[in-house]
Amino acid sequence: MEFGLSEEQTLLVDTVNRFLDDASPLDRVRKFAADPNDTDIWQGLVDIGISGLLVSEDAGGTGLRHVEAALVAEALGNHVTPSPYLGSAVVLPSVLNATDPGATLLGELAAGKVRCGLALSGATGARAGTAVVARNGRLTGKVAFVLDYPASVYLVADAAGSLHLVDANASGLSHRRLTTVDASRPVGEIVLADSPATCLSNDPEVLARALDVARVMLAADTLGAAQNMLDQAVAYALQREQFDRPIATFQAVKHMCAEMAADLEPCRAFVWYAAHALDELPDEARLTACHLKAHIAEVGQFVSKTATEVHGGMGFTDLVGLHYWFKRIGLNRQVLGTPEWLRDEAARLQGLVA
Amino acid sequence: MDLSYGPKYEAFREEVRAFLRTHGHKSPKTTKLKAPELLDWQALLIENGYAARTIPKEYGGYGAEPDILKSRIIAEEFAAAQVSSGMGGQGISMLVPTLLEMGTEAQKREFIPPTIRGEMVWCQGYSEPGAGSDLASLRTAGKLDGDHWVVNGQKIWTSTAHLADWIFCLVRTEPDAPKHKGISFLLFRMDTPGIEIRPLVDMTMNRNFNEVFFTDVRVPKDQMVGARGQGWQVANSILGFERDSLGDPNATLGRLNRLLALMQEETVDGARVIDNGALRDRAMRIQGRVMAMRFNELRVLSAKVNGRNDAQLARLIGKLQGTELRHALEQLGIDAMGEVGTSYADNPYLRDGGSWQYHFMFFLGLIIGGGTSQIQKNIISERGLGMPREPKLAKEQK
Ligand SMILES: Cc1cc2nc3c(=O)[nH]c(=O)nc-3n(C[C@H](O)[C@H](O)[C@H](O)COP(=O)(O)OP(=O)(O)OC[C@H]3O[C@@H](n4cnc5c(N)ncnc54)[C@H](O)[C@@H]3O)c2cc1C
Repeated sequence: MEFGLSEEQTLLVDTVNRFLDDASPLDRVRKFAADPNDTDIWQGLVDIGISGLLVSEDAGGTGLRHVEAALVAEALGNHVTPSPYLGSAVVLPSVLNATDPGATLLGELAAGKVRCGLALSGATGARAGTAVVARNGRLTGKVAFVLDYPASVYLVADAAGSLHLVDANASGLSHRRLTTVDASRPVGEIVLADSPATCLSNDPEVLARALDVARVMLAADTLGAAQNMLDQAVAYALQREQFDRPIATFQAVKHMCAEMAADLEPCRAFVWYAAHALDELPDEARLTACHLKAHIAEVGQFVSKTATEVHGGMGFTDLVGLHYWFKRIGLNRQVLGTPEWLRDEAARLQGLVA
Repeated sequence: MDLSYGPKYEAFREEVRAFLRTHGHKSPKTTKLKAPELLDWQALLIENGYAARTIPKEYGGYGAEPDILKSRIIAEEFAAAQVSSGMGGQGISMLVPTLLEMGTEAQKREFIPPTIRGEMVWCQGYSEPGAGSDLASLRTAGKLDGDHWVVNGQKIWTSTAHLADWIFCLVRTEPDAPKHKGISFLLFRMDTPGIEIRPLVDMTMNRNFNEVFFTDVRVPKDQMVGARGQGWQVANSILGFERDSLGDPNATLGRLNRLLALMQEETVDGARVIDNGALRDRAMRIQGRVMAMRFNELRVLSAKVNGRNDAQLARLIGKLQGTELRHALEQLGIDAMGEVGTSYADNPYLRDGGSWQYHFMFFLGLIIGGGTSQIQKNIISERGLGMPREPKLAKEQK
């Protein structure tokens, strides 16, 4: 029985954090916001093996599991790092491992040669006018809020619950950036007009599993981002003085921090459990993923608000840049299932809906 | 990550199940202290290693090596079978661990065996009218007179004082020492002359806690645990045990399952309560919180089993989050029933024996008792996050 991080896992986390401390400080994120080019960061992550985390050793990866993937997602959230990690290093490899473990694409993903955008929002509550229909190996329709945009390939969920892979240069494919509050992770829209595509699976279970994986990773990203905000709030409170004493001596401030910690700390175990369940506890994986993403969205919202308040007016400025984390948490909450919809799904999974 | 307990432990689980199949029907229906069926059950549990498991044999226990996973398996299996896991109470859960750590050999031999058998019932005399959260400011005084401490003062909120044979009590014996260094930890009989007990009715309308008055109560000198003036350290080793046992996430899980069942049984205008989207969403939100606390507790358990110290913050938040969550869960049970949810005592509409209202209030008591939620937040911010302690109040600075 061991429900904690192993030495190897701690080493992985330390390595990634050290790399990101250098490669993705807030100044670098600000630069990305003005000029969204993350090649240097992504290449660095590829160099330390992050793109091949889930790819088997035979195919040039390290063959690790979703727990390690979640730990890396947490580190990226902690550093508000721009990168195509979610789609390219986690969701697409995870899908291919299940559907086509011999695919040469896996090796290309591990080598960082392919960037995968996630066009899955049709499967998590399509908005009016956005749906994709597949016919004779071709896709037609529109997907908005594509994550990890722009990419070289897109993983697309169609209206029937099948998963397809479309090349960004495919005929009939057009795309544009959609501005959101979160400048650290661009999202886009793709429009498909009879575009050639490769179907990865017609099994709705494969799509559902891809969503489970993505949701756990987004939750881990929020965990890291919220932890960073809490750490910043405590550090600021210790240093900022009012009424001739550090504000950290005021009980109202201490209690704000204690409440954040009390809500956030259990999320760490929750993320570990849900990520572990993806590989080891198939019966629990889906329900745990739904609940995790919903729960951490609520905690993240509380922490991001409260940590900002601890900073007073400074928290509201662009100067400190807390808002990068605030917005990252905000985006994670809204994409691939908001808390209310996820809880509805959780109730359905348990047969609690008539 | 390895969540399995492994074959050795699964074999142990089978042993526990076999015991429950054979003996489970003897589980007592009463909670009345010292009822014969309760004492018999407790004796059977000790004999088989399911109660007082790690208490050494010479003190009347089963004498097993401490094994957190085995204890956990026992708790899980007894809970699943809905069989009584034996006696609790402040003597067994708080005093016995403290005596094992700080008591003299003679004290261990005298007090532990009858306490774990359920024959010697204890109450905890800490809080006073003027000393609640600020417990160390307590004023009940002990003066040495020959071979006896003579105790004068008052305690309050003393749970089960009216049923207890003995009290473990904090008394100021060194009035000139600093606040935390002047307290001693005394044990004495509740029928000692000079003790008066006045019951207090709590909000559940039970008479479970009391005011206790001491007038020239004579306590033999050797009935002190630890040295003179060391009572604060002795008491703090106990409070740790207490806090770990409040708001247990596994008990909360059982209650959550009952809540979901209730919401499917209850109907309003012919429709099941669970079919109301707003109430269902609240139930699912609670379920997410229960999961978070269960996994948090699993992490704390694993850290204990593997001797790791990287789950300290996870442990510090347990009392605050566990009791608040349970209170919110019970509240939803009431809300799910609407006006029926107000039923209490002999009301014919009562559901689940009135346990929803009862626990709703009971857990508010636990939010306050054993260190209030606000005090927990002080502890989390100071010990967990490294924030400064309160600056001394003006009065103390003078
Ligand atoms: C059901 C129940 C059973 C109990 N059983 C026992 C028992 O068997 N034996 C025993 O000795 N005691 C017992 N107690 C007493 C319990 O430990 C105290 O009630 C508790 O420690 C709070 O003390 P108080 O009631 O004096 O409240 P106070 O300390 O007066 O607190 C009142 C309010 O002020 C807040 N407050 C106080 N100090 C601070 C601070 N520094 N920072 C922020 N807020 C603060 C509190 O959080 C609370 O909201 C029991 C209590 C309950 C409710």
